[in-house]
Amino acid sequence: MRDLPKPFRAAGVLGAALVLMTGAVACSSNTGSGGGDQADDTYTWWDPYPQHNKSSDWAKRVTKCGDEAGVTIKRTAYDTTALTNQALLAAQEGTSPDIILLDNPAVSTLADTGMLTTMEEFGLDTSEIDENLLAAGVADGKEYGIPIGANTLAIYYNKTVLDDAGVDPGSVKDWASLTAALKKVKDAGHKGITFAGIGTEEGSFQFLPWFWGAGADLRDLDSAEAAEALDLWTGWLKNGYAPNSVINNSQNTTWEEFLTGDFAFGVNGTWQVNSAAEADFPTGVIQIPGKDGGVAPTPTGGEFLTTPVQDDTGRYEATKKIVECMTTPEGMVETATTFAYYIPPTKAGQDKLLADQAELEPWVEAVRTAKGRTSDDLGTDYPKISEPLWTAVQQALSGSKSTKDALGEAQATAEDEVG
Amino acid sequence: MNMSTKSAPQAREAGGAAGEPPSAPRPRIRVRGRSTQWAAFAFLAPLVAYLLAFYAYPLYRNIDLSLHDYTVRSFVQGGAEFTGLANYRDIMGSEAFGPALRNTLVFTLVSIVAQYAIGLALAVFFRDNFRLSGVLRGMFLVPWLLPLIVSGSTWSWMMNSDNGIVNAALEAFGIGQINWLTDPGWALTSVIIANIWLGIPFNLVILYSGLQNIPRELYEAAALDGANAWQQFWRVTFPLLRPVSAITLLLGLVYTLKVVDVIWIMTTGGPGSTSTTLAVWSYREAFGTGLPDFSPAATIGNLLILIALAFGFLYLHLQRRQERS
Repeated sequence: MRDLPKPFRAAGVLGAALVLMTGAVACSSNTGSGGGDQADDTYTWWDPYPQHNKSSDWAKRVTKCGDEAGVTIKRTAYDTTALTNQALLAAQEGTSPDIILLDNPAVSTLADTGMLTTMEEFGLDTSEIDENLLAAGVADGKEYGIPIGANTLAIYYNKTVLDDAGVDPGSVKDWASLTAALKKVKDAGHKGITFAGIGTEEGSFQFLPWFWGAGADLRDLDSAEAAEALDLWTGWLKNGYAPNSVINNSQNTTWEEFLTGDFAFGVNGTWQVNSAAEADFPTGVIQIPGKDGGVAPTPTGGEFLTTPVQDDTGRYEATKKIVECMTTPEGMVETATTFAYYIPPTKAGQDKLLADQAELEPWVEAVRTAKGRTSDDLGTDYPKISEPLWTAVQQALSGSKSTKDALGEAQATAEDEVG
Repeated sequence: MNMSTKSAPQAREAGGAAGEPPSAPRPRIRVRGRSTQWAAFAFLAPLVAYLLAFYAYPLYRNIDLSLHDYTVRSFVQGGAEFTGLANYRDIMGSEAFGPALRNTLVFTLVSIVAQYAIGLALAVFFRDNFRLSGVLRGMFLVPWLLPLIVSGSTWSWMMNSDNGIVNAALEAFGIGQINWLTDPGWALTSVIIANIWLGIPFNLVILYSGLQNIPRELYEAAALDGANAWQQFWRVTFPLLRPVSAITLLLGLVYTLKVVDVIWIMTTGGPGSTSTTLAVWSYREAFGTGLPDFSPAATIGNLLILIALAFGFLYLHLQRRQERS
């Protein structure tokens, strides 16, 4: 640097500063690639399952549905968050793929951009699908996608630990009995419960069953009910029923904690069913209780089949065939078993699944009482509310703010954002 | 990413390959002058094209994003409302701005000072070749070679409140549990520690090569004058290393200002926003939530560029003053 002539040095310094921005906004430049200019019989398909490669059962199913529709499907897998951004870029460039399998809270966001067609335009029948599951894909009364399956949260328990502490999992009926069970477990020298309170969407996802279970409403984050839910979590932390690491736990980390065998309970989703069966200790599942008993509404997870708008509407015909192939009752059950963590979103599909795998009963039950995060007509407002919510949870759990202050601030931020 | 510092010489080479053959001597000098001028432009063209495509356009896009109110809808359909400096006012007036700026400054300054001090100490240590010094020096480069996702995850495991090895060691000495990543008072410290570890190799390598350029005779002369090791360091090594130190610190500053990955992997900027720096904030606005918010993200990115530029000019100013004296 020292030997370079001055203009070059200046250029170097400037360049070094400019490097910053490549990181900040690299994604907003034109990197889109998609199906708009594909050959006529090649249909593009995006999904968030990079773990399933070309030779996987999932990829084969996708290919087969393409064959049945008489076209070739070119499948590309992205990470869940990357998929939303890729979809936005592709829409900006006018190169949207023919089908996107989209995480359900993202559906209303993308629908808002006008890049998705409605199921009605496509002539697809959604009447068979459970209303609570379909709701996440509804914006302004129109359906923008079909769920290919659903999953949700429940509480896994470690039977060995509970037996040792003399706790009957059936005794957990409401918050008070759950906390009493945690106390018993702790007194017996074990660890109580682990969950994910990380400062991302996963944190909100895990908090919502308690939030809704107390009767709180996402439009009203600083209600007394919301405070009760947050107090439940902070109380567990203060009393040592839950480890301090929950503040930073993702759902994967919290599952690893549960798998150590030290914990009596672990809040996690349908997608861990296989892993729980392979654990070194016997496990079971109970529903997340509401504050005064009953089953708390849990948030739905899972992907929607969406069909972006194409310039060439002639393509819709084959796309429709592909979607139908994926969403027959048989198709739904096949999806459920391929992934081992999806419950079919239709009554027919659920019955078929239970006929094969009766042990999934609690999960079918949980999915039936589950609630979409973007439902209650929240739609695109949900992400704006979710961020202040998880921030408040983090602040209260880490003790940097009181429950009341944290939620009050969250409500102010959310109101400001939603406008 | 680090192409920028090399872009000038590289592009010059590229231009050389694509340039026109030297023109034959012409009778009149004025004509020859004009043709070399054209050749000069031809040489310059690849560099200019490169700079326009990879620096000017993204920068323009970033400024454009920050001056409009882009929602996801207007991002796809166009027609975002021009809001002037409203985004900048919103960001700088936001309650989160003060803490984020403070975190950025603490994170950056503590990181580069510690990285530099430890890197320099190690460079001086390895200057005297001893047995296995090559191997040891090589091992110090490991943090640099590991993908950030690996080292970030490893640090967050080690610093886990309940199962981390750091707390296990502390408890063995009777110190008790520290909630490294989940205590609002510790989270920033934890990510700084991890970042210092990551940055030491860079400082070590540059400072070590800087040390090789200091002539041995100077130390011999200093030793003859009766200077001890400490005096030799402060009177010979440190002053002669100043130009290398300055550029190391400047590069370290630019790298550290924009760190997102380590913090995101370890704490996602939390708990709450106690370890959120400007770069993490920008990332969170754009990609960290379900709803991409590109305008505020670009605004914060631009503010970071301004901060880096300010330090760049400070560096130039100091260089010039040194040359004059």
